[in-house]
Amino acid sequence: MTTAVLFDNVSRHFGAVRAVDGVNLEIAEGEFFAMLGPSGSGKTTCLRLMAGFEQPTGGHIEIFGETAEGVPPYRRSVNTVFQDYALFPHLSILDNVAYGLMVKGVGREERRKAAEDALAMVKLPGYGTRRPGQLSGGQRQRVALARALVNKPKVLLLDEPLGALDLKLREQMQEELKSLQKSLGITFVFVTHDQGEALSMADRIAVFNDGRIQQLGSPEDVYKQPKTRFVADFVGSSNVLPEKICQRLGLKAPSASLRPEAISISTPWTGALSLSGTVSAHSFLGAVNRVVVDVDGARVAVASPAALTVPAVGSPVTISFAADELHPMEDA
Amino acid sequence: MTAFAEPLVLPERRGPAGRLSDFFWKHPHLLLTVMLAPPLLWLGVVYLGSLFALLLQSFFSIDDFSGLINYEFTLATYRQLLSETNLDIILRTVTMAATVTLASAVIAFPIAYYAARYAQGKWKVLFYLGVMLPLWSSYLVKIYAWKLILAKEGILTWIFEKLHLLWLLDGWLSLPVVGGNSLSVSYTGTFIVFVYVWLPFMILPIQAALERVPGNLIEASSDLGGTPAQTFRHVLFPLALPGIVAGSIFTFSLTLGDYIIPQIVGSSRLFIGQAVYAQQGTAGNIPLAAAFTVVPIVIMGAYLFVAKRMGAFDAL
Repeated sequence: MTTAVLFDNVSRHFGAVRAVDGVNLEIAEGEFFAMLGPSGSGKTTCLRLMAGFEQPTGGHIEIFGETAEGVPPYRRSVNTVFQDYALFPHLSILDNVAYGLMVKGVGREERRKAAEDALAMVKLPGYGTRRPGQLSGGQRQRVALARALVNKPKVLLLDEPLGALDLKLREQMQEELKSLQKSLGITFVFVTHDQGEALSMADRIAVFNDGRIQQLGSPEDVYKQPKTRFVADFVGSSNVLPEKICQRLGLKAPSASLRPEAISISTPWTGALSLSGTVSAHSFLGAVNRVVVDVDGARVAVASPAALTVPAVGSPVTISFAADELHPMEDA
Repeated sequence: MTAFAEPLVLPERRGPAGRLSDFFWKHPHLLLTVMLAPPLLWLGVVYLGSLFALLLQSFFSIDDFSGLINYEFTLATYRQLLSETNLDIILRTVTMAATVTLASAVIAFPIAYYAARYAQGKWKVLFYLGVMLPLWSSYLVKIYAWKLILAKEGILTWIFEKLHLLWLLDGWLSLPVVGGNSLSVSYTGTFIVFVYVWLPFMILPIQAALERVPGNLIEASSDLGGTPAQTFRHVLFPLALPGIVAGSIFTFSLTLGDYIIPQIVGSSRLFIGQAVYAQQGTAGNIPLAAAFTVVPIVIMGAYLFVAKRMGAFDAL
């Protein structure tokens, strides 16, 4: 397996601000890799380091085995889909898409054909003569994608490309991006602050906070076994059990995570772990009821199937879960 | 709660001011008319009207013998305008204006680019101050200052001498057309002063245009493989072009019409502005003076037409 992008202890400091601080990662060729985190977590700076808009203040970057430090963006076979698309307002859609080929000296006829093919690929055939200003947000998004892909990049960088679209369009584009990536086999590096987007699209996710990677793994791993409290909070809505409850359950850890949907309100079965508490609140969420149980001051959320009756607020309940659903975490 | 209750519709306001705002709220077009009428009258009658009257003068002629204006439609004045001496003046002025404009654009662009892209906070304030400050002092003072700077005994000659580069200056001054006895009596001197005086009018529009170019377009071009030179040519320059054109309208037309700079700094050969001044003031030939003023108007009209055809305003 070839390594597409390698970060070896990479840092990017802006004065006293450590935007990226000692990041290690290895992205495989053909992988759909998501960098997930809140704004200011360093994920976009990492993307800009890959694109060449930023230079690292420390560490080493390789793209397909070649050293990337000191290589300007225009000499990297990496293309970016920008957050607000960055289409050239003075050029037609066709000229926008053909821009990369034009600056590389590809002939007029050849690049026109390539640009039209790329537009057809993103389902905008025949839009070539329009201007960016005449297109909707979703269409501009597709043009930005075509403009990057027409250059056949080895790595495609996407900086929150779906952020400006409405929900319906976003879901549709998620599917299209995923299938496009599968059919082209290009390495996609995707920056997002939307955990649902990262979970549904990525092969692997790096969760960023404060310039560092908190956890790197498959969507299932990151979702089910958050390693830190931050990941547990940011990716989905895991319960974080404090140390004293962990001890009661026979677990030696500063804290542990437990997914709401892994818990049931019932007497424990053999081999299951259980806790008792009182119901402090519940709400109807459609497919499930969210029941909050107070266990010695710790609030534990339970996703209870909607078909089951919900115990009244204030009534004592026993909650049970399989022992392997409880995952120890590194911090309190 | 009830103590603060107010009626849903407030009563009409009293007094003429209140009634007036109610009235204008109901008749927004009337408000627009009232506000626009004075400036439109000013532009239409005082400004365009007098310009039109001036142009009309150019179709009259002057009686050579009595010096009185003959109010009959004729193209004789234009025939006079196209005489060799006058064509010489026009050609000299247009060449100077074009050179000054080109040089201003080349000098202004990096300054404007720096101000728009990099300068922040106090550096931006310093930029505006640096560009605008010369505009606050008297135009005549600046030109006379330049005359001293460019004079044979001036500081520029002294600097060239100290740097042992006097041969360069002398070499330049010995060239035909651009040379002369000293910089202060050469076209080069006129050119330098023109560029100095009009430069702010070129910097500011370019800076405003560059300010509106999103930084990520530059990054996008670079990302797609555009070298800095290609990015300049295909992205930055086309998007800054409206600003450059706006600036060049200033530098070009101001140079076309100026009569003070070439009179103080430069050779004694006339520019259009001086010709107008001489015809109107000394010779009393108002028709010819009017015909001379038509020249910059026609040139600027043609210039704007060509600029528009070239797509200079497409990115507006």
